[in-house]
Amino acid sequence: MWLKFEQRPEPSRLMRYLSPLLAVGLMVASGMLLFHLLGKSPVEGFKVFFLNPIQDKYGVAELFLKATPLILCAVGLSVGFRGNIWNIGAEGQLLIGALAGGGLALHFHDSSSLLLLPAMIIAGALGGMFWAAIPAWLRTRFNANEILTSLMLVYIAELIVSWLVHGPWMDPDGFNFPQTRLFQAKATMPILVAGTRLNAGLLIAVGALIAGWIFMNRSFMGYQMKVAGQAENAGRYAGFSARRTVWIGMLVGGAMAGIAGVAEIAGPVGQITEHISPGYGFAAMIVAFVGRLDPVGIFFSGLLMALLYLGGEQAQQYLALPYSISKVFQGLLLFFLLCSDVFITHRIRWKK
Amino acid sequence: MQPSLLSSILFATIVAGTPLIIAAVGELVTEKSGVLNLGTEGIMSMGAVAAFAVTVHTGNPLLGILAGMAAGMVMGLIFAVAALTFMANQVASGLALSIFGVGLSAFIGKPYESVALPSVAAWNVPGLHRIPVLGHAFFEHQGLVYFSWALLGGVAWFLYRSRLGLVLRAVGEAPVAAHSVGYNVVRIRYMAVLFGGGMAGIGGAFLSVFYTPLWVEGMVAGRGWISLALVVFATWRPARVMVGAYLFGGCMITQMFVQGSGMHLNVPSQFLSALPYAATIIVLVLISHNKNTIRLNSPASLGQPFSPEA
Repeated sequence: MWLKFEQRPEPSRLMRYLSPLLAVGLMVASGMLLFHLLGKSPVEGFKVFFLNPIQDKYGVAELFLKATPLILCAVGLSVGFRGNIWNIGAEGQLLIGALAGGGLALHFHDSSSLLLLPAMIIAGALGGMFWAAIPAWLRTRFNANEILTSLMLVYIAELIVSWLVHGPWMDPDGFNFPQTRLFQAKATMPILVAGTRLNAGLLIAVGALIAGWIFMNRSFMGYQMKVAGQAENAGRYAGFSARRTVWIGMLVGGAMAGIAGVAEIAGPVGQITEHISPGYGFAAMIVAFVGRLDPVGIFFSGLLMALLYLGGEQAQQYLALPYSISKVFQGLLLFFLLCSDVFITHRIRWKK
Repeated sequence: MQPSLLSSILFATIVAGTPLIIAAVGELVTEKSGVLNLGTEGIMSMGAVAAFAVTVHTGNPLLGILAGMAAGMVMGLIFAVAALTFMANQVASGLALSIFGVGLSAFIGKPYESVALPSVAAWNVPGLHRIPVLGHAFFEHQGLVYFSWALLGGVAWFLYRSRLGLVLRAVGEAPVAAHSVGYNVVRIRYMAVLFGGGMAGIGGAFLSVFYTPLWVEGMVAGRGWISLALVVFATWRPARVMVGAYLFGGCMITQMFVQGSGMHLNVPSQFLSALPYAATIIVLVLISHNKNTIRLNSPASLGQPFSPEA
């Protein structure tokens, strides 16, 4: 081996904050290398991908719009991740939340009540919680691995959405397109900035960030989650219930993902289709990690990840690259972060 | 001669189970060394796209399989660097590999989405394939099906009858002890991860070159995750992987046979498509509810990082 890691006497605080920046730097560098390999100018690629999307008011609004579901899901997931609860099914919880909220909007299509939208949000949270409760119950009752069960439920949720929009919920006047009718005005999020698509969902996301910060840093339950995650045995000796950690971690994650689902269908999508989410639930895991499982960090990493989505759209349009380049960047970012985290606890020593 | 319905069902079950066997056996070896690689879904996707692209350009499916294996090993290497050298959290690294692999394969595969490959001819086992019913079911398959059986036997022999297999299991059970008697834990784990990656790559190659044969984004459709569940189902024993894989294979082809048989079931197709995923959950529950089966059988150091100097 040409390099060796040497344990630091104590974890470096500086590296804790530098490592996400290092990861972003490495991602940008390897992205430019990728553009070069694809025969595009790296500088041009960088401009199109990272700068073009946010050069005007509309672009910045789109950035916050895309960040909304990512931040919502990531705050919820980070609560579980802190307690070593690996809910990787946020995507499915988001979809079921969207169905619960959207079902309400379809059922009360003629309602003019101001309560419709709040009711949809609550229904979405409950729907997401229900979908997350399944792996939580299977884990606490039958010891079944929540990673695999929550993920399997994503595929099942996708099929339920597909069934509903092809069947019972299909728009009767929609020329047989697999989608529901468009939601009425009372069932959609109010627009925050005129001339853009930015809607009140962002306010919910900011509220979730604040609530998440209080929960994690100021509540006893948040402290228990952290202890359970960092030192399982210590948590057990202190009498913290492992079952309760699982339930809280999963349910908070499910509720947030469900709300994110409603924010999408009552926001930019405006109806239920098969394409409610371009993988927000999965990208949110990266947001949570890059944000250090901390609400402040999640806010910034949510914006960064939203930029990667927008950059992918731009790259598709101006560089004729497939949209999936966004996911390549997302995966790279998480990798670099996980690797650069070693410098928090270790120093490099070069060997001759 | 028209193969009977039973014979066709057995045949299709075996075909559907084959990529699961290959990927799950690879993951089994990885996990036996104490490393949990959750990246199988991403590795299979990369294996599938690499195999498809190479087969399209060379016209040679064998080269395609090798490309799939190579792609899988590169993916395994990326994971190993993160999880073994940089000591990153194995769960998070595996998730990263899955997200990365699914994304990158979609990116690479875009130009191939409208291309179709000619289907690869089956190789009938001389003599045996003439047995009524069973002959068609078991002995008129494409090469990789026989490979999956050889792989199972080979890995079972390797793990329980060979010296190196013993070392591998020792590394998974007690890395500190293995290290102190002079084995290079990190290097052995690297080998196990590369083997697992290569096999998952071949599993993906089977899907895109032999099974469908075409490439569409998302075609692995959770088979990588199902393979991971299969390892738990098999309680880390190779022979049980086969049983599990064919159970899932049967689940996956149910839809085909229900639709093809002209039965008038009043069930939406999506419900039948959900069967394999629901079955995975049920199987996990059945196996896991006895905590002792899991604790006694899973490698003791599974998922825990190891640092040679600590």
